[in-house]
Amino acid sequence: MSALPLPPLRVLRWAGPLLVVLVVFPWVVDPYQTTLFSYGLVMAIAALGFNLLLGYTGLLSFGHSAYFGVGAYAVAMIVKYLHVTSLEIFVVGGILASAAISALFGFVCVRYTRIFFSILTMALSQVLWSLAFKFFWVTGGSDGLRVPTPSLLGTHIDPGEDKMTYLAHRYYYYVLAIFLVCTALMWVIVHSPFGKALQAIRDNETRAEFVGVQVRHYRWVAFVVSGTYTGLAGALWVPLNGLTTPDILHWGFSGEIVFFTVLGGFGTFAGPIVGAIVFNYLKTFAVGYTVYWQMFLGIVLVTMVMALPTGIMGMVGRLMERGRRAHAS
Amino acid sequence: MSLLVTSQLTKYFGDTHAVDHVDFTVREGEVLALIGSNGAGKTTLVNVVSGLIEPDSGTIRFQDADITGATIHEKIAAGIARSFQLVNLFDQLSALDNIALSIFSRQGKTRRLFALADSDVEVRSEATGVLEQFGLLPKARMVAGGLSQGERKLLDVAVAYALRPKLLFLDEPTSGVSTREKAPIMDIITQVVRSGGITAVIIEHDMDVVFTYCPRVVAMHQGAILADGTPEEIRNNEQVTANMLGTDRHA
Repeated sequence: MSALPLPPLRVLRWAGPLLVVLVVFPWVVDPYQTTLFSYGLVMAIAALGFNLLLGYTGLLSFGHSAYFGVGAYAVAMIVKYLHVTSLEIFVVGGILASAAISALFGFVCVRYTRIFFSILTMALSQVLWSLAFKFFWVTGGSDGLRVPTPSLLGTHIDPGEDKMTYLAHRYYYYVLAIFLVCTALMWVIVHSPFGKALQAIRDNETRAEFVGVQVRHYRWVAFVVSGTYTGLAGALWVPLNGLTTPDILHWGFSGEIVFFTVLGGFGTFAGPIVGAIVFNYLKTFAVGYTVYWQMFLGIVLVTMVMALPTGIMGMVGRLMERGRRAHAS
Repeated sequence: MSLLVTSQLTKYFGDTHAVDHVDFTVREGEVLALIGSNGAGKTTLVNVVSGLIEPDSGTIRFQDADITGATIHEKIAAGIARSFQLVNLFDQLSALDNIALSIFSRQGKTRRLFALADSDVEVRSEATGVLEQFGLLPKARMVAGGLSQGERKLLDVAVAYALRPKLLFLDEPTSGVSTREKAPIMDIITQVVRSGGITAVIIEHDMDVVFTYCPRVVAMHQGAILADGTPEEIRNNEQVTANMLGTDRHA
């Protein structure tokens, strides 16, 4: 974890051109690629939230599928029971539902650390997964619930407009805007006094107590923020996918969140974002290429952990540091 | 005037009387050494008073208020801080951030989610000042995990000092550092503590350090207080000499 944040001007130096690329993206690639990238951005929001716990607080959750799923199912329930298709309502609903569930689950989980915390988070997510099956008259059981293409800022998909084009342009920009806001917000959080307190808890829980940090309370707040980010991602994911099923509540999906955060490097701020986007492409490629895609991804993870223990961005950081030193000398 | 008073303070670990009905008083403004062989109960006494572990019986009064059942945070708020025998730092944070966190905490700012820590000029300035007092300013931007043992010991004390306590417990501030580094470290610590008007209780094994820097020495043995006096009195105390200093003058 970088102890010293990059100065704002240095951040802007690379963030500016990157933003331009993100804005022109739908105009230079086909709609399928843009939609695929939207999935990546949505997962990146989940990864940002997840890494607040793993990278900054030192808590490994194996149950973040719960909050992603709650966000997605909250949207599906809004459609089913309120007959609303506004994405703004979806987002608010997803945020409120996931914040409530993560506040409740977090209250229980943050009393423990290490493996006990991980097991507990996983167990609670599995409870939701089984409930999604059992209460099929509410959740649709294994068939899940369908979610139609939502309206954005009061505008609906035009009659005759291709759904893919709609998702690849208007929806993409919506997701991009939320992703940018989430990224900026998370950047501020991890560089705030609160963020420093979380890093202190990660580094040395006992000492953190002895400088006056109320460890359990801060962990809980981090848990709620983390779960809410992941729930927001779920709320943005479900209109893209058009359907939510219990699969996204299963711990296997929590494993994917862990996977792409480790892939990108949980020791850096940008690592989980990069990991989520790369993983999304990797999985799509693997699924299309072989029926043994899970084995393929497993091999990639093992290779990554052995060859690049600090993830993609950890390696990039090291190379840049080496380049800077070579340039200086 | 007494700052801290323990009465019949007791902590047992099974059959071991780690702290055995201890009546211990710390007067305001003094620098006191707590000595004793391994297992004498020094660290346990500090752990009980600072809130890391709960006493089995007895009372702790700080500035005339009963703080026996107070939490760690309540004790910190009251003005009690401590450093640790094994260096306890936030290794991935910079030295400056280690200090800044204490200041943010003291000022109640660690709850702020939407403000950049680096942009708080007041806290940065105070943290820089603390580092300067401890001779660590050149290392301000280095992560704590990358400092030398002597620097880490100083930073450990500085993190506690930045809480601006009234009473500071220093658990073996020179352990693990070379003999040559001990005097400079103690010079800095005692100077900072005295200039800040802080009362300090120093647990120490090195008798040269104890007798040089601490005008009052309390000796513990098997969980109880064996002797209490000036360095000269302790040096000439036969029980202390026999039980702790390793030689029995009558032997």
